[in-house]
Order: sequence, then C-alpha cells, then structure tokens
Amino acid sequence: MSGPNTDYDPVEVAAVSPAEVEAARDAALAAIAAAADLEQLKAVRSEHAGDRSPLALANREIGALPPQARKEAGQRVGQARGAVNKALAARQVELEAENEARILVEEAVDVTLPTDRDPVGARHPLTTGSELIADIFVAMGWEVAEGPVIEAEWLNFDALNLGPDHPARTMQDTFWTEPADNHVVLRTHTSPVQARTMLTRTPPIYVVCPGRVFRTDEYDATHSPMFHQVEGLAIDEGISMAHLKGTLDHFATQMFGEGITTRFRPSYFPFTEPSAEVDLVCFVCRGSQVNDEGETCRTCRGEGWIEWGGCGIVNPRVLQACGVDSSRYSGFAFGMGIDRTLMFRHGLEDLRTLFEGDVRFTTAFGSEL
Amino acid sequence: MKAPVSWIRELVDLPADVTTEVLTDRLTALGLKLEAIHSADITGPLVIGRVLTQDKEPQKNGKVINWCTVDVGDANGTGEPQGIVCGAHNFGPGDLVVVVLPGGVLPGGFEISARKTYGHLSAGMICSARELGLGDDHDGIIVLPPDAGEPGDDVFELLGLDDEVIEFEINPDRAYALSLRGVAREAALGFGAPFTDPAERSLPEVDGRAWQVEVEDPAGCPVFAARLVSGFDPTRPTPDFMKRRVEQAGMRSISLAVDITNYVMLELGQPIHGYDADKVAGALRVRRAREGEKLTTLDDAVRDLSTEDLVIADDSGPIGLAGVMGGATTEMSDTTTRVLVEAAHWDAVSMFRTGKRHKLTSEAGKRNERGVDPLLPGAAADRVVELMVEHGGATAEPGFTLVGTAPERPTISFEPDLPARLSGIDISAVTTVESLRAIGAAVTESGDGSLEVVPPTWRPDVNDPYDLVEEVVRIVGYDQVPSVLPRRATGRGLTRAQRLRRRIGRTLAGAGCVEVVSFPFVGEATFDRLGLPADDPLRSTVGLANPLSSEEPSYTTTLLPGLLEAAGRNVSRGAPGVSLFETGTVAFPSENGPAPIYGVHTRPSDAELEKLLEALPVQPLHLAVVLAGERSRAGWWGEGADAGWTDALAVVRRLADELGVRIQVANAARMPWHPGRCAVVSIDEVVIGHAGELHPSVCKAFGLPARSAAVEVDLDALMAAAVDVTPGPVFSTMPVAKEDVALVVDASVTVAEVEAALREGAGELLESVRLFDVYTGEQIGEGRKSLAFALRFRAPDRTLTDAEISAARDAAVAAAVERVGAVQRT
Repeated sequence: MSGPNTDYDPVEVAAVSPAEVEAARDAALAAIAAAADLEQLKAVRSEHAGDRSPLALANREIGALPPQARKEAGQRVGQARGAVNKALAARQVELEAENEARILVEEAVDVTLPTDRDPVGARHPLTTGSELIADIFVAMGWEVAEGPVIEAEWLNFDALNLGPDHPARTMQDTFWTEPADNHVVLRTHTSPVQARTMLTRTPPIYVVCPGRVFRTDEYDATHSPMFHQVEGLAIDEGISMAHLKGTLDHFATQMFGEGITTRFRPSYFPFTEPSAEVDLVCFVCRGSQVNDEGETCRTCRGEGWIEWGGCGIVNPRVLQACGVDSSRYSGFAFGMGIDRTLMFRHGLEDLRTLFEGDVRFTTAFGSEL
Repeated sequence: MKAPVSWIRELVDLPADVTTEVLTDRLTALGLKLEAIHSADITGPLVIGRVLTQDKEPQKNGKVINWCTVDVGDANGTGEPQGIVCGAHNFGPGDLVVVVLPGGVLPGGFEISARKTYGHLSAGMICSARELGLGDDHDGIIVLPPDAGEPGDDVFELLGLDDEVIEFEINPDRAYALSLRGVAREAALGFGAPFTDPAERSLPEVDGRAWQVEVEDPAGCPVFAARLVSGFDPTRPTPDFMKRRVEQAGMRSISLAVDITNYVMLELGQPIHGYDADKVAGALRVRRAREGEKLTTLDDAVRDLSTEDLVIADDSGPIGLAGVMGGATTEMSDTTTRVLVEAAHWDAVSMFRTGKRHKLTSEAGKRNERGVDPLLPGAAADRVVELMVEHGGATAEPGFTLVGTAPERPTISFEPDLPARLSGIDISAVTTVESLRAIGAAVTESGDGSLEVVPPTWRPDVNDPYDLVEEVVRIVGYDQVPSVLPRRATGRGLTRAQRLRRRIGRTLAGAGCVEVVSFPFVGEATFDRLGLPADDPLRSTVGLANPLSSEEPSYTTTLLPGLLEAAGRNVSRGAPGVSLFETGTVAFPSENGPAPIYGVHTRPSDAELEKLLEALPVQPLHLAVVLAGERSRAGWWGEGADAGWTDALAVVRRLADELGVRIQVANAARMPWHPGRCAVVSIDEVVIGHAGELHPSVCKAFGLPARSAAVEVDLDALMAAAVDVTPGPVFSTMPVAKEDVALVVDASVTVAEVEAALREGAGELLESVRLFDVYTGEQIGEGRKSLAFALRFRAPDRTLTDAEISAARDAAVAAAVERVGAVQRT
C-alpha cells in the first residue's frame, strides 16, 4: 500500500473509480445469483467478498487517497460491499433451505416397513374381566374380598348351611385334600370368602369376591376342574330382594350395555332363602329371535334369556353361623361364573382356550380394559 | 322328572286354553324349571286303515310279503284303496290298522313316500308300535280294536301321540315335585285350578294282619305300611296306558308287578317295594345292619353292609337295603303270585348316607333321600293293591299293617310382613295368609298379629320363616320384585395388594409377556421333569384324596410346570419365541391339621377361628415368567435376539423398579435353573425367588429352545416391600463430570463387588456408576477380566474443579484396588 498522496485524485485511481466499483459489485451480485449450491456460494464469497476480492482491494486503496477524496470513495466502496454481503447472506439462507429440503427428500423412508422388533404382551381376559367386574362394584362403594383356594371344610360347607348330609353337597363334586379326615378342600365356590368376611367384619358389608374354584369335573369344551366365580354379598339393615335385583340390573347394564336387565326364577341354594336363578336379557338379540324359526340367536339359542347365575336372600342360618345378628340385619348374595360370562360375552366356543396358554388367544384380548 | 301333560291334566282341571307352553312358563315361574318338552316326533297323515285284501307273496329270499289294499277313507284325497306292501303277518282282511301315508315323517326323520318294492308300488306303510316310537314291541303291526274308529280317522289322539311330556329340572329341596301329584299340585297353584289328590283314598282299618312287621329303629323308619295280594297273574301284560306313562317318565317297562310299583311311585312320589311273598321267611324286621352282613341287591351286586345301613330283614337275614334297593332273594319274578307290598317312610339322612356309601342311585333312593310325604305309605300301598287287582287279576288279602306314625310338622311363628320386608314387594298380610294356605299350610292368626303356620306334610323343605317367605314370594311372582340400588355402601376402594397386582400385571404385559392361567395339579413326574432333587422341599405337597388324574395328585408348590408346558405348547404350535407369565397361589402343607368342624348355631370364637386358619396350607402368591426362543425379532433392521438369562433378570429388575423395591442378586445353583446362570433374588437378605437360564435338561424335557430362561418369585414378599410413600427426590442442576475407568480383576470377582468398592471409594460426589464394557483376552491374561465403568460426578452446589474430580476418581479406583485387587488399566 502506498502512503498518502496529496495530489492523488481518487477518480483517477482505477480501483476506486465509480465504474470499477460498480463493475466489481455487479460482477459479485451476478456471481452470487449464479451460485447453484452452498459449495459454489462459498467460492463466490471468497472471490467477491474475500480478502483478495476487487472490492476488498478497493477498500484498501481508500486509505491511500487524499483526505478530501476518502469520504466519497469510502461511501462508494462501502455501499458496494454492503450490497454484496447482503446478497451473499440472502443467497446463503436460500441455498441452505434448498439443501435441507433436498436432504429431507433423500431421507424419506417406506413407512410400511414392519416395526415389530419387540414382543407384545397381554394380560389374560380372566384377569381383565375380573377387574372390570371389580371396578363396577368398587364404583358403587363395594369392596373386593379375597380368600385362599385351599379352604377349611367348615367354611366351604357347614358355615353356609351345607351340613354333612345335605343333598346339595353331592351337587358339588369336591376335591378333598389328604388325609380326607383333614377337613380341608379345594374350595368349590367363592362363598367361603363371604363367610370369612362376615366372620371378621361388622355390617354394613358390601363385598364382591372374584376367584378361582375347583370341582371334580372332567375337562371338556364346557367343563373344567378349575374355573372362576364372582360372588357378591350385601349385609345391612333393611336389605331386600329389590336391592338384589337393583344391583344385578346395574351390574348387567355395566357389563353388557344399556337395556340389558335381569329376571329371577325361583330356585334352591342352601345359603340363600328365598333363592333365585338369575337370567340376563340376551345382549345379542335382545329377545328379538324368540320363537323365530328362521333365525335362531346363537348366544341364547332363541330363548331371549341367558342363564347367568344364582342369588337370593342370605339364609339366616348362615348369618347365625357367621356371627351376624339376623334379627337386625338381612343380606343378599349372588354368584356367577366368570369363565362362562366371558364365553358368552366374547362368543368363545371352547372353555379350554382359556387355560391352554396359547399366546394368540390372549394377545387378541390385549385391547380390553 | 318327566311328566306327561295328559297325566297332569288328569289330576288338575286346567282351563282348556292353557297350552303346554303356558303351563311350563307358569311352572318355571313357580320354581319347576322347564328342561325340555318332548313330543311324538311324527308328522301326519297318520290314519286308521281297514285292510281290504291281503295277498301273500313268497319271495326268492324265502320271505313272504303281504300285498294289501287298505281303505283309508278320504285321507289319501281320492277315496280309492291304498296299495301297501307289509312284511308283518299278525293281521288279516277286515282288521283296523295304523297307516302312514306318503308325505308323513316317522321318528328319526324317516320320510314316507310311494316307492317301488317287491314288484309293487307301495304307497305308505302299515305301522308297528316301535315305528311310531311307542315302545319296543315290533312283533307285528298295531291292530286296533274294531270300534277304534272309521278308515281315514286321524289316530294321533287315539294312540296318545298328541301327548307332550314335560321334563323338569327339580331342585333338591322340591322332592314332592318328583311325582305327578306334586307337579299337578303346583299347576293347580299356578292357575287356581281344582286339584284331585290321588293320595286321598279311603283305607281299610289298620289291623296289623297283612304281614308281621317289627320296626326296631323308628327314627330311621317312622312309618311302615304292608299289604298282601294273592292270585296275581304274572303272565298278564302291562296295560298300554301304564306302560306308555312309565316309559314317558323315562323308566323301563319290566313286568306288570314292577310297572305297577313304579307307576304308583311316579303318581304319588312314594317309593314302593314288592316282595315275592312266598320267598319271605317270617316277619319283616326293620333294623340297622349288623357287622359283617352282606346283601345281594337287585342289580346282582354283593354289598358289604355297614352298621349304619338300614335294612329290611326276615328270618334269613337282610333281604333289602331299606329305601334304596331290594334284595335278590325275595325279588318278584315271572312266577310270583303272592305279592307283599311295602311302602315306608325313611329318614332322609340315613337314605342319603347309604346311597353315597354304596354309590347307589335309584329312583327310590332319589326320592327317599330328599324327603317323602310321611302320610303316603298307607295310601300308596292301597293304590298298588288296587292296580294289581284291576290289571293282574289278584285278590286283595284282608289286613293292613301300618307301623309308626308320621312325624309332626313344626309350628312356625311368622310375622305377616316378613315377605314384604324381604322381597321389597308390597305384599299384604291377607295375600301372605292366602298364599300360605294355597301351598297347603295350616295358618292360624294369633292375637298379637303374628301367624302360627304348620307347613304341609309333603313339604319337608319348609321349616323356617324364610322358607315361608319364598313360598309367598314365588306365588306373588318373582317378576314383581322391584329394582332398587342399595345406597349405603361406603367402601375403601381396592386394597394395596389389589392395586399392586394390577400394576405388576400391566408391567409384565408392557415387558412383552403374555399372561396364562394354568391348572395347579402336579405329580412326582412333574418334579422329575424339573430335575428337582429327591429331598427338594418343593416335593412336599398338599395331596388330593380324589385327584382327577393319578399322575397329578397334588396341588403345586411352583408355578413353573404349568408355565413351561404352556410355553412348550406354543413352541410346538410354531411360535418362534414366547414370553409368558402367571400369577397364582401355590401351597405348602400345614402341620396344624386337621381343620376343626364347628357347630353352626353360633359363631366360632376368635381363638377357634385362628385354629381353623392355622390348619390350612400356607398359600403364598407367586409370580413366574418363562422366556423361550426369540425375544426380539430379526428384521430388515438387523438381527434379533433369543431370550436368555439376562432377559429373566431384566424382568425381575423392571418389576422391582416399578414397585420401588431394592433387590439384591447373587449367583446360585438351583434346579430347574442352569447351575452357573441362576440368580437368587433377595430383599434385605431374605430370598424371594430365582431367575436365570433354565437347565438344558429342563428345556429338553419341556420341548423348549436351548437357553430359555425363567423366573419364579414370591409375589407376597415382593409386594410387602413395595414403597408406600416415595420421598421427594433431590437432585443437583450443576454441571456433571464424566470419568471412565477400566479395572482388571480376577475372573471370580463379581461386578457387584467392584461396583460397591467404587461407590464407597468415590464418596459423596459420585452420582452414578455403570458398567459399560467387559473384556477378556490375551492382553489381560488368563483368569482375569477388564471391567470398564462410567462414573458421573456432581456436586449439589458448585461446578467441580478438575482437582476434585481427579481426587474422587482416584479414591474410587484406590478402593477397588484395595478391596477386590483391581488393577487400573491405562
């Protein structure tokens, strides 16, 4: 760089002449506009805005101009450089956006590719079904009571008004533990849980007892030596069959939908008196196919009703054995098979699918609550 | 119980418009549940025909057929005689026969059409009783009496083919409904129709002369009636109506004498026994059997009698198992002419026990063990005599022996508003009294407004006020019970254990495991497959006295067998891999048996209850997991991975984290696991279970892929340790400092030991330590391994200086050097 020169005429200095500066600016802007990608822009930046670029060189000459000429030349070169830098930045943004868009296009995948790397688990419908039932009752303020499956004979039978010579004992083919005079059985129903509850709590009592029970049935499509029951027990002042009906209607509606109610038929159970069988309005045909020869509902076999379980007013003899004051309290009890309920709720043909453990069966219920 | 509608209508005068459907609906509503309605499975035309001509035509096969023309009136639409080929020979021209014409359908879906046979076009069939489902008689076709009707008349009613039979499901308390008398009484109740009690008969004077009877056990046999007939003609057939009814009721027709006793039992509900009087030696004695006595019963079984069995004996010893089955020596036969008729009332409990002891179920036993009307014996015996005289040509011998008196029915004191209170139906006192009288109870109103009710003798099941409530409510109608939700329940929600179990199930499902429910029955062979040593405590089981299979006579002590079998089943059905879990109770025997049997009139004391509960097996809730074969799948993303011991431990750790439980694991050798790849899992040094790779022999035994893994833990113990209230976590937001160290240790040193040393040495600034690599190889040397740990340091209040970080790291390494002989690798 040369030193200040008093007679130096900036117009005469080629590098800072308006024409030169304009030409350099225009060349730079043209090159910027022509840069097709970030790589080219980088080269353009170096050529037209770098240290060795015409405008940078021109800028350097300004210092050598006489003071009176510096201002004008400085303005001229500065504006040109500003225009170039602005164009560069704008083009940079433009090209980056283009580049990003291109990469996103290149990175596109086939989203129909499988993603099933991890195994899928599921809980058993007997579990989720029992929980659904429990939740229906818990929402009404009931509690869920439980007890052991290997149970004292006294709790499974005697306390429930099933004396040693009661004919009903033969209705329930019992697994006895060894030695047989040990008086311990695999419970034949969940009723001993009711007895345990009455023996250990004071009324009012509102409990449901879901659980596993055993009877010596041969294993086939509709029988199993192990199955599941849910029983309910309410002991309070002034309890009547109307409360039993109300509770079962509510249960049925929650479980099977609006309009699905119950009916009672007189029946016999040692632990209840009066006793009733409880039938459910067929939730598939809702009775529309009764006596319809053409189309017979497969769920209720054209009867319009499905046998659901048994119920009744708790026999005062049971209250007595379990220490409940039967002059003050009355109660109702009901019970139904969970497996059977699931079978008709889901249209299962063979009970054994519940106990085989085939994952294809259970995972099908994975979306159940 | 099967009851022909015609028989019901004979005893109750039902309105004509009561169809069988209406009848069964009403009876079902009263508690006699309809099982099925059986009707003759025949579609007409089925008409009377008069045989006009009968040409016998011998065939090449030696058979002779009859080519007949039969007048069927206008039934065939033409009025012309019908040509029919018939193979039977018990008829001739002029006889009235039963003809089914083309278009008719006989039982079994046998469709009748005109068809060519033996050179003729046979247009219909002349029917035998068997072809019409009217019994087994196929000796020939039915020949009707000459006055049966005119050719072309429909024969459905004539033959009783229009009769329907109702099959009821009778509850064990409704013994009286095991008779037409009982069913008809219920029908009368249901329709307010007049009822004719077939047991209401005028009886001869009791003089004890029919036969000498001594009842030594009046408690077991409160009433015993005996009658005698002579001159009975054993060759006479059972009249058609009786035979049909006995068969309609589901019993076999055997002989006139036997059929009469069964007929009367069906009619009245009173079991009857008939003896060949000539074979009875001396007086009948009702007593308990003596030690060592034997009896051959009618079914030819020799029975060793118990001293609790009630028997009927004569001078020769026991000749009948009282109320259950008669003996062979005095059985009525085809030469019996003198019949000694027995009708007795037996103690129901004794009947039940004898039936159970000898595994005998008979029609008589079924009724006697449920309870029969004690007023019936005299009437029933008289009815038998009447029928034997009428149909067997017998003579009623004078004399009527009746020992004992019917037990009294209790008087029940009853509040007339109880039915309304217990049913929730508005039932007035008047309705209550009327209903009780309608079932045959005697009701007197006492001054204070309460009722004195004596239930009828045929209802031994009605003894308590609540029994009377059921009677009233079923008459008013169960369909009248309103639907009202109880409003007083104020529960506490699910218990902690119930909530935890749901959470555990969801966690396992989230970990890709599928829940199964399997049977808890096991046997020695099951434990052998698990490779358990002979003295393994798991082999000490709660045994079953009556297992379904002798191979699996015990309640299980481990959930693994059922789970491993299910896994094997999935694999054999083509699953490339399977992850299963099960929660369920297992059982360990208690030493505190037997469980007491208490009375039922008062609550057992707390101490008594405790004793009862202690006698029960210990039944902890277990969780088991089996991971077999492919655990993560291979795919376009790369390789998959098979399940192994790490997956088993990962499941356990995930559960522990989910419940906020700190568990410890250590190597252990225990079947059915691989001895070198099994972890014992503990909480505070109490073992709660095991996890790891299964022993190769166990994988093989259950058909599982090599290196399958399993877990079994005591879920009760795990849940007991679950965190109740999580303390609020405190953590620093200062910068973290990361340091990696590689330590070479002896191969026998565990990662847990090295990690513990690092933690202790590093001090408070250590935030976490995690093993990220294990290396063995030449550079390290035989029997050595290099463990690489990532340490993270952080202070609660400041950025750590380089000096602080180095010091903490060096202290950690120094502790590892000192405690486990580690050498830092640089």
